[in-house]
Amino acid sequence: MSQPIRVLLAKVGLDGHDRGVKVVARTLRDAGMDVIYSGLHRTPEEVVTAAIQEDVDVLGVSLLSGVQLTVFPKIFKLLSEQQADDLIVIAGGVMPDEDVVAIKELGVREVLLQDTPPEVIVSTLRRLVAERGER
Amino acid sequence: MTSLIDRKTVEALRSEEAEWEQKEVGAFLKKQAERKPEFFTLGDIPVKRVYTAADAAETPIEDIGLPGRYPFTRGPYPTMYRSRNWTMRQIAGFGTGEDTNKRFKYLIAQGQTGISTDFDMPTLMGFDSDHPMSEGEVGREGVAIDTLADMEALFDGIDLEEISVSMTINPSAWILLAMYIVLAEKRGYDLDKLSGTIQADILKEYMAQKEYIFPVEPSVRIVRDCITYCAKHMKRYNPINISGYHISEAGSSPLHEAAFTLANLIVYVDEVLKTGMPVDAFAPRLAFFFVCQADFFEEIAKFRALRRCYAKIMKERFGAKNPESMRLRFHCQTAAASLTKPQYMVNVVRTSMQALAAVLGGCQSLHTNGYDEAFAIPTEDAMRMALRTQQVIAEETNVTQVTDPLGGSYYVESLTTEYEKRIFEILKEVEERGGTLKLIQEGWFQKHIADFAYETAIRKQTGEKPVIGVNRLVDDTPDPKIETHPYDQSTADRQCARTRRVRQERDPVKFDLLLQQLVAVAKDPAQNIMPITIELVRSGATMGDIIETLKKVWGTYRETPVF
Repeated sequence: MSQPIRVLLAKVGLDGHDRGVKVVARTLRDAGMDVIYSGLHRTPEEVVTAAIQEDVDVLGVSLLSGVQLTVFPKIFKLLSEQQADDLIVIAGGVMPDEDVVAIKELGVREVLLQDTPPEVIVSTLRRLVAERGER
Repeated sequence: MTSLIDRKTVEALRSEEAEWEQKEVGAFLKKQAERKPEFFTLGDIPVKRVYTAADAAETPIEDIGLPGRYPFTRGPYPTMYRSRNWTMRQIAGFGTGEDTNKRFKYLIAQGQTGISTDFDMPTLMGFDSDHPMSEGEVGREGVAIDTLADMEALFDGIDLEEISVSMTINPSAWILLAMYIVLAEKRGYDLDKLSGTIQADILKEYMAQKEYIFPVEPSVRIVRDCITYCAKHMKRYNPINISGYHISEAGSSPLHEAAFTLANLIVYVDEVLKTGMPVDAFAPRLAFFFVCQADFFEEIAKFRALRRCYAKIMKERFGAKNPESMRLRFHCQTAAASLTKPQYMVNVVRTSMQALAAVLGGCQSLHTNGYDEAFAIPTEDAMRMALRTQQVIAEETNVTQVTDPLGGSYYVESLTTEYEKRIFEILKEVEERGGTLKLIQEGWFQKHIADFAYETAIRKQTGEKPVIGVNRLVDDTPDPKIETHPYDQSTADRQCARTRRVRQERDPVKFDLLLQQLVAVAKDPAQNIMPITIELVRSGATMGDIIETLKKVWGTYRETPVF
């Protein structure tokens, strides 16, 4: 039997909106994944360090404060410095369409916005991990 | 209890209803079944097929009463919108004080009658704009305020004795209140003529919105200090907006929104009473803020029940004598969480339905959301449409002519009383479990909210909770391109320059002395923190100066998340 998918869900910056990230955390946990939730107000450095230490497959960052174009470049720079480029990074929250395009260009694999059905979140993560293959 | 109708008539009505169920309903159901076996409100309260005078009769007539009279079920004022419409208060905030000032003036020119201010995340969390944690967030989701100079720019050319100003801010609220007071003094205003509010409801931050800085105890003390200071010095100012809105937006049911808000009220009143201030000296200025969600009649019943519960709590529990201490007044906002990206113009329709329910529920002030708020903060055009929605309700529908027009509706009266009963049951449970503060630390409220949020997500997935454009009537044709509010990349530089200038221009010796006094006041919970804060902002203190100093005294709060 394969290992459960390991996920770190994180809130970065000053944003306190945690409704969505908690729904995602519970959904993934109920689907049998190992879920770690960072809690609020983390820095990109803290999140990347935790993702590497916890050896997660997926890092999900939830943002409803509009700072996606500040946060994701930092996260990818840090991941690259740590040679952790194979980490799957996904995003969730509220953001304009053009920012969705922009963060995908940076390397965010999927952007799961509000009203994404829970089962779609689960299937998306399973697909992304399957596509990556064994580490 | 005086009943709407006598016992005999109730019995006759009940037996007629039973007979009708058997005959007409029974026969009809054989031809055509109902859509679902059972029907519930959005907040999970079961509803009957039809309500009759027998259902309404379960509410004592004196609990329904008249507007402007205890228990205020039908409205806080006797004439309501016949005298004056609710305050149309669209929230605005982005960029620097100058940027938001322009939006304020635009909205006032469009007929808005009150001001409401949204602050950026650093201001809400007490960081100066040049703090590392503020990077990327300055002026983005609200206006950046670090110093009195920012506040002066924000309200430039706006007569604060004439228009009421709401400031949506919590853990750092008292500092903005201090800036507002100094600004008013500099302009020569009479403090007793200023009307408006700071939100300053810290307990719902721990429960729901999660903007907190300090541990619970000193945070509640700050709220207490704002209430007692305003009671003595600003007789028209609301020192707090006890808020259910964020509890709802974080995922709670309307019932829990209502009950948790009143649980917080009780803590604040208890804290102020401990200072020796009599309840009637401050309770008339306590104000509230609730969401108006999608379930039309449930929301109206919620507002009516909240007024009744509040009146009873203030009179029976706290011994208020002045009727003004017992009348609940509230600001209302339509539900941002109900907005969708797909088919975004449908948001105008959603918002107008919710706004109508808020008006029929007797709100004192209303913000209607912009159609673009599932994308970003609203544009001028979206705000104009939202304001026009209110203006159509106020000017064209005539719903303002009769107060509480749904009073006496069998359904609405029955649901109002059901809400009252359930709210008091939850308040009782909170007390039995050890009280609000203990349960916040244990994550009890947070778990309730997260559970209902999860439930809602599942119901949207299954289609049990229909959302047009998302799980019903999905249209693959792309929506017209939407213009979203642009972020001005020069904001942080412009803002930080002013903050640095203020720091350079102040008297460092005097400033250090005042900071030492702040520490002394902070360590003595018997003192009020407002006077020293007023002196500090007058002398060029930034918000960050004050907050960072107090973090060393009080520490910070970090929650253990539950989901």
